[in-house]
Parts: sequence; C-alpha cells; structure tokens
Amino acid sequence: MSHVELSNIVKRFPGVTALKGISFDVRDGEFFVLLGPTGAGKTTTLRIIAGLTKQDEGTIRFDGESVDALTPAERDTAFVFQQYSLYPTMTVFDNLAFPLRAPSRRLPEDEIRKRVEVTAEKLRISHLLDRKTAHLSGGEMQRVSIGRAIVREPRIFLMDEPLSNLDAKLREALRVELQHLQKVEGSTTLFVTHDQIEALTMADRIAVLDLGRIRQIGTPEDIYDRPADTFVAQLVGTPRINLFPARRENNHLYIEGSELHLPAPTLDLPERFTLGIRPEDITPSPDGAFAGTLQITEPLGVETILHIRSGERTLQSLIPGMTDLRIGDTVRFDLVQDRLHCFDLDGKRIN
Amino acid sequence: MATIELQKVEKRFGDFQAVKPMDLTIHDGEFVVLLGPSGCGKTTTLRMISGLEAVTSGTILLDGRNVTWLHPSERDIAFVFQLYALYPHISVRDNIAFPLRAQGESKETIEKRVKEVVDLLQIGHLLDARPGKLSGGDQQRVALARALVRRPAAFLMDEPLGALDADFRESMRAEIKQLHIDQHATTVYVTHDQVEAMAMGDRIVVMSDAEIQQIGTPSEVYYKPANVFVARFIGSPGMNLARGHYSEGRVRLKGQNNVYAVPDDWQQALGKALGGSGDVLVGFRPEAARISADGPIAGEVYATELQGAYVMLYININEDEIIHIRAERIHQHQIGDTVRFDIDPRMVRFFDPASERAITREAAQ
Amino acid sequence: MATFYETGPGYPVTESIRVDRVSPTARRIHAVRAFVVLVFAIITLIPVFVMGITAFKSRADVVSVPPKIIFKPTLEGFVFLFTERAVVSKVRLPEFQKKAEAGELSLFERIALNTGQEITGPSDYVDRLKNSLIIAGISTILSVGLGLFAAYAFSRFPIGGKDDLLFFILSTRMLPPVVVTIPLFLMYRQLGLHDSHLGMILLYTVFNLSLSVWLLKGFIDEIPIEYEEAALVDGYTRFQAFYKIVLPQAVTGIAATTVFCLIFAWNEYAFALMLTSDDARTAPPSIATMLGRGGIEWSAIAAGSLGFLIPVVIVTFALRNYLLRGVTFGAIRR
Repeated sequence: MSHVELSNIVKRFPGVTALKGISFDVRDGEFFVLLGPTGAGKTTTLRIIAGLTKQDEGTIRFDGESVDALTPAERDTAFVFQQYSLYPTMTVFDNLAFPLRAPSRRLPEDEIRKRVEVTAEKLRISHLLDRKTAHLSGGEMQRVSIGRAIVREPRIFLMDEPLSNLDAKLREALRVELQHLQKVEGSTTLFVTHDQIEALTMADRIAVLDLGRIRQIGTPEDIYDRPADTFVAQLVGTPRINLFPARRENNHLYIEGSELHLPAPTLDLPERFTLGIRPEDITPSPDGAFAGTLQITEPLGVETILHIRSGERTLQSLIPGMTDLRIGDTVRFDLVQDRLHCFDLDGKRIN
Repeated sequence: MATIELQKVEKRFGDFQAVKPMDLTIHDGEFVVLLGPSGCGKTTTLRMISGLEAVTSGTILLDGRNVTWLHPSERDIAFVFQLYALYPHISVRDNIAFPLRAQGESKETIEKRVKEVVDLLQIGHLLDARPGKLSGGDQQRVALARALVRRPAAFLMDEPLGALDADFRESMRAEIKQLHIDQHATTVYVTHDQVEAMAMGDRIVVMSDAEIQQIGTPSEVYYKPANVFVARFIGSPGMNLARGHYSEGRVRLKGQNNVYAVPDDWQQALGKALGGSGDVLVGFRPEAARISADGPIAGEVYATELQGAYVMLYININEDEIIHIRAERIHQHQIGDTVRFDIDPRMVRFFDPASERAITREAAQ
Repeated sequence: MATFYETGPGYPVTESIRVDRVSPTARRIHAVRAFVVLVFAIITLIPVFVMGITAFKSRADVVSVPPKIIFKPTLEGFVFLFTERAVVSKVRLPEFQKKAEAGELSLFERIALNTGQEITGPSDYVDRLKNSLIIAGISTILSVGLGLFAAYAFSRFPIGGKDDLLFFILSTRMLPPVVVTIPLFLMYRQLGLHDSHLGMILLYTVFNLSLSVWLLKGFIDEIPIEYEEAALVDGYTRFQAFYKIVLPQAVTGIAATTVFCLIFAWNEYAFALMLTSDDARTAPPSIATMLGRGGIEWSAIAAGSLGFLIPVVIVTFALRNYLLRGVTFGAIRR
C-alpha cells in the first residue's frame, strides 16, 4: 500500500488544456474520490497516475519517489475500467489470473490458483470461474473486473466509474460491497465518478474537479455542508441546492424576485450575493415565518419534494415521508437559519 | 381527453409470453406510470396501446371506441420516444410543425398552434436551431412540443428521460409533471426508475414477469406493497425483508438472539394467515428503524454511507442478511460496531415467504 | 423484440413491423427473394460448370456445336495437362498396341495412345502450381503480417500525417496494374528480380498491403483500447498485450483479410505474364497460354483451371465462418 502524491500536474491536448495544475494526495489506506462532470479531467488524471498518459508538467510520487519515468507495468497500480476490460476470449479464472501471469511477476501456477480462489471467494464469484466472460451479466462482469484488480495487491487501485454502467439496484449493492471491501482490506483507492451520491457515500475524502481545476478537497461532510463555491454546492445533493440572487438591506436579506426576506446572519455580506438553501433546510410548519404556493409535489416514498412558489422563484423543499398537502395550497415554512450558504457574485463561499 | 381501457390484452412473440392477459383502466386526465425492470413487458404494453405493436388477443378501448386493430395514426395519441426521434435535417420549428403538416392543417393554424406549445414549454429561443445542436433536455422539450402540438387524446411516453443526465432528468421530471397538471391530458408513462414513477405518477402499475404485480398510488405501493417483488423494487434501497419464524405474538429472526414482538394489531392477521405459527418475512422501510440502546434487534455495521442530509447504515443481522437503516447524521458508527434498533409499529409489514404475498390485516377481518 | 425508434409521434408506421400480422405476405416475399438468389447463383456458376464438364470432354466434344451436355467423359484433358507428348510414328505403333494389350501401359499412356501420341515426359503444370503456391502463400503471410502491425499502429498511436499516409497507401491501388507493368519490368530487369520468386513475392506483398492495412485497421479499431490498457497496467508490455489480447480478438478480421489477399495473389495474371517467363511463372499465365501442338487444348485448359481452383476453395471453405462475419466489417455484433 502506498501514499500517492500529485503535484501541479498539467496536461494539454491539441486545442484544450485538460488539466491546469492539479495537486492532491491520496493517503495510505484512503478511499479518495475524484468527483466532477464529464470533461472535468477526472479520467485523464487517473490515466496519468497509471502511466497510460504522460503529463506535460508536474510530478507524481508514490511513497515519496517520482514514478514519472516508469511504465504502467512498473508502477504497480490496478486499473478498473468503466467497461470492456475483461478479455472475452478467456474464462473468468484466466481473466483473474492474467495479471499474476504477467512476465514481470511470474508467480507459480499453484500460487496463482490459490490467490484467484481467495479473491473469487471475497467477491462471491467462485461459481463463475470456468465461464467465458462474454456470458456474464453486467454486475458479474464488474465484480470480475474488481477481482482482477484486487488479486494482485497493487500499491493503489484506480477505478474509472466502475459502477456507472450498472442498473440502479446493482449499483447500490456493489457500492456497499466495494466500500466494505476497501475498509476491511485497508487498500488505497482512487475512485473517479460523476455521480455525487457515489462520492458522498463511499469517500473518505473527495476532490471536486471542474474544467481541469480542483474546486475543493475535503471530507464528504465538508463538501456537503461547506461547499467552497456554487459549483460544488450544485454538484452535490439531490434535489439540488436552491440558489437565489439576494441583496442585503438594513440587516435583512431579500431574495430577488420574491417576497422572501429574513434577518441577516452575522456575516460580513456584500450588498449583492447568492443565497443557497439546501432543500432539507426548508421545513414546512403550520406557523412558519414564510409562505408560498405549492406548485408540485414529488413523493419519493422515503421523502417528498415540494416545489413552493414565491413570487417568480420556486423553492424546492425536501420533507420526510409523504404529505397530504395539495397542489395550489398555501404552504408556510421556516428556514434553518444556521445552515444557509452565502456566495459572492463570483460564486465563492462567504464564511 | 380520453379514457384508455385494456381488456385481457395479451402479447406473445412465438413461444415467448411478453405480456400475460392484463386488465387496466386509465381514467381521463390521469398520469399512469408503467414501472418495472427491463423485460417486464411495460414497453410492449405501451406499444400495444399506441398500435405500434399488434395485440395477440384482447381489446383496447379509447373512450369506449374499439381501437384494437386501428393503425397508430388513426388512434389520436401521441408517442414520445426515449431517443427524442427528432428529424435532424430540419429546424426545431419544422420539427414541431411536422405532425400538423402531415394532417394538412392551414398555415395560420400551424403557426398559431406551434406558438402555443412553444410558449408553454418556453422554447421560443430554440425555434430556428437544428435539433442536433441542442442539449438533451432541450431536445426532449422539443419532442414534447411535437407531441403536444397535435392535441392528442392521450400521451404515451417511453422512458422520455432515460437518455438524459441525472441533472436534467430531475428538472425535466418536474417540468413534465407541471405540464400534466396544466394540461390534464391522459398520460401513460413507461419507466424502469422507481423514483421517477413515484415522483410523477397519479397511479403506478408495477409490472414484472409479463404481468401486473400491483396497481396503486405512490403511497400505496410504497407503504402497502402487495408482494415481495414490489416491496423490494420500490424505494432506494428497497424494503428490508428479514426472515424469521412467527409464533405466539413473536417473530424469532434468523441468526443471533433477535426476537421481535409483533404489534398487537397485527397478531390476529398473522395468526390467521400462518395458521397459528410459521415462517414469515418482516418488512420495514429503512426510515422505519429506530436506533436505540434497548432495541430488540441487533446487528453489526457492514458499511455506512453519507447520503446528504442523513446516513444510511448497512447492518448485518446474520451472516447473509444485510438490512438498511436510515439514521440521523449525528449517529456515528464504525464498521464492525454493534447497533440495536426497533421498528416503528405503524410501518411494519409482513409477507408470507412461500407465496411471497403480503399478509394484510384487512383479509383477517 | 425489435426496437423501433424512427417514428415520430403520429407519423404513420409501416406495416412491415407487424410481422406477426402479415406473415403470409412475408412468406411470399421470402420465397421471391430465395428464387432471385437461386437464379443469381445459377448464372454465376454456369461458367464454372462449363469449365468442369469441358475438363472431361474429348477433343471432338469440346469443339462440337451446339455444345454437348451429355458426352462420354474422358481424362484426355488431364493427360494433356500433365504431360509432354509426341506423335507416335507409324513404325512404332504396333509395338505400343502390343504393350497396351499386355497391360503394360499406364492409364495416361493408354489415353495418350488413343490420340496417337506417346508421353515423353511431365509437363510444367505442377511446377507452375508450386510457384503459385509459394508466391501467393508467402506474399499473403507477409502482407497480412506486416499489415497487422501497420494497422495496429495506425489504429492505436498518434502518427503524424496519419490520414495522408492512409490515403497514400490506398492510392497504390488506384492504378490498374497494367499501367505499372512496363516500369516494373524495366526495374526488375535491372535489379535481377525478373522471373524470380522473390520479385513476385515482393510485388504481391506491396500490392496487397494497402488492402490489408485498411481492412485490418477497421477491425482493430473495433477492439476497445481498454483491453490493452488493462493489460499494460497489469504488468504486460505493449507487444505482449498485442499478442495476448488484440490478436485473439482480431482473428475474424485476419481471416477475412487473408482470404482477400490470397485470392488476389493467386489469381493475378497481368504482372505474372510480364514479369515471369519460366522459373517463377505462376499458374494463371501458364494455363492461359497452354497451346498444344494441334491448336488450343481447351480440355487441358479447363482441367488446369479446375486444379487451380482447388487450393483457394479449400482455404476459403476452411475460413468461411470467419469470412461471413468478417466481410460485413463488424456490422453484425459479435
């Protein structure tokens, strides 16, 4: 296991700079998630660490030593791809054994058999060992892919959206297993995803990446509770955070385009800024301080999303369970004052 | 506006039974969602309603009119596809006007009706663009506009949000629902995503293995699932189903020393359904579990997940059963910790493991 | 279950997707289609059939008008094909006839005798066939092998001026071979490659390379690069990844390309006619110029062509499963 450190990585492709100076480190035994939308540079970062792509500037160190000159094989990382990485012409066993049979390792065949069997046991794919991979289901294939990564005990696991091609139920199940396995084995993992739920649920720490720059690095709690800017705030949380242009006047906050206003928090706020409210912090109650018209309800079972209209603004509120409120009703609600988020006009968080 | 009625509608492809004979009535102005995993027959059902697929047997009535053997274009319905199906070589305006031109409407009428739907969906700024240049969400808006412009008796939508990014999907979900609230057009909507179904549907038709498992409002399918399939399928994660043995007012759960005392108002129903005692599945939603030091059920933490405003705990109650508990974020748990919890008596459900059907109190009375 | 996304809302749907409803019509269409294919196959096979029967006709039957479908088969053509003969002088004829009666003559000698000839030695047909096999075989292996590496590089590496290079490679195929035969003839004479196996192998290899690079690049493009990258990370070198991962998956394409290259090199006529005379002469020009002493030996030509067909038929037949998938260029999902 190891400590991986990226300093100031720059990667240019013809016409675009994919990474504009990325620095972060993945600590020993950590589950680190790179979160960002498509085109943020997540996969490029991963490929550079694996040695599949060469960076233009910057250094990558494994345990303090630069690996920039090493080939992918010499770096001893394991890469789990989004899809396609199982060899269709081989059985599951041969797929799992493949990295162990690499000429740089050349383990004896009985040692290989032992390690493959232990790994298969861990991932509950022992019954599939003799099958050709082409006949497996999506979930089974991805288990085998993960198995091929863990079978050789690499220095770091690099996972490129391994769950994104699976259906919702399967994704959930594999997510939990992956997390459990990582914690129990204490393996260092760098996991790339565009799915904020995966990031929040699995990570020890998250780096939010956008357009080749890191927006924020922190624990899931940091990212969710104290987003560094409006981009991060919108990226995490379902339903999305409510963001409204607001102004400060006489110690009051006014949300533009609606009648909503509230006492200003003890913050050094500029005159104009953006106010962010998480949906769960808008709590309907019969004697709430604010009012709006119920526009839509979306019952999800465990909770319900209310779309509350005030002036020309629509607030999304998330309440537990179901509601008997009807569309068109007037809804009174409160805001959780100490959980409001304020951002300046450039989108930066105001603390 | 229209009522759609399916009577013993069935579809076979050779030996393969795609849809077993089903009865379903969709009321005027209703938003009905056909929900199920892929291959359950929901899309085939929708396509039979549209006429794109011929029924093997049975009758389809549209406002009492038998349309079983009518051509799709004669049924007065609009179909919205997952992949937008916009014509790439003509502008958005022409795409929307296309069905009207096909009907031979006058130029003025076309212009007026296109303007109406364009205003409704707020896509006026896109009219001169080519569909290929638009984002997924905008393309789907245009596709909706093209469906709306005909003023059909009913809308059929086949996973219209399936191809969109998660972000768009959420906002389009609300938009389509708003559109439905404004227009009140009879809508049949197919999806495999239970969140979408719950959020949008007036009623949900849960399908699996080519047949209907349950028809009900979102709250009915969520709180009173008719069988094990529905219980698992609805909710994210689905309902916890713990195996146990019932006798004398208690369920002894498999593994460890977990004994759950059945609420009084359930004992009669359970006794009757199981003939005194027998194996039973105890079902409860993740939010129905209450963590407390003296809870009757114990398990080990297998994994924990931060899910925004709350934490999801995965608890191993015996070697092969993991249940989900939704907890407040103040609860901090490490993998391997033992957690005790109770179940909210109002939210517990029971299932017969043999038939996989729900045991109901109504049946016992 | 067919998925059908083409139709816009309310746009009329073609009847053809209701296969279950219109099956009698569908069946009729199917029958018509089968009939058309059959007719086409017959038309294509007629020359082969004529060649086949001609090989077994006697001299008289070959030239008879109208051509005979029913005739007395003879191996005359094959005797003429495989042997050099001389007219038996009147003096020695009785001696031969005696031998024939005593059963001391072989089958071929007896047939030759029936036409009044004696066998003086073997013809060069077998040598020509051997030349064809050597030249076509080696050049095919070379062009597919080299093409595979080139195609892999074109498919996987960022090569400067890739598109221009690919076009350039293909452009070697744009001229009809005849146009370059004269310059080639002069070049080969200077280089001492004229009428040599090496010369012909080189020529066919170069000529086939463009085809094989283009075909194989298409096949390799279809193999997801993730497979190799996974192997690279797993501790294999680029070549090992190519050998262990790409090759097994490219088998279909390699087989298809092999057959195409082989057929070209095997059948090539113009170059062979100009650039070879004896040592390296291949079968096509030699069969076509098989003029016997008594004019054109049609039955021998037919018999020679028949024998010439066999190797290609065998190879194509052996690879037919790959071919069917290969020639559709991946249009059919694996």
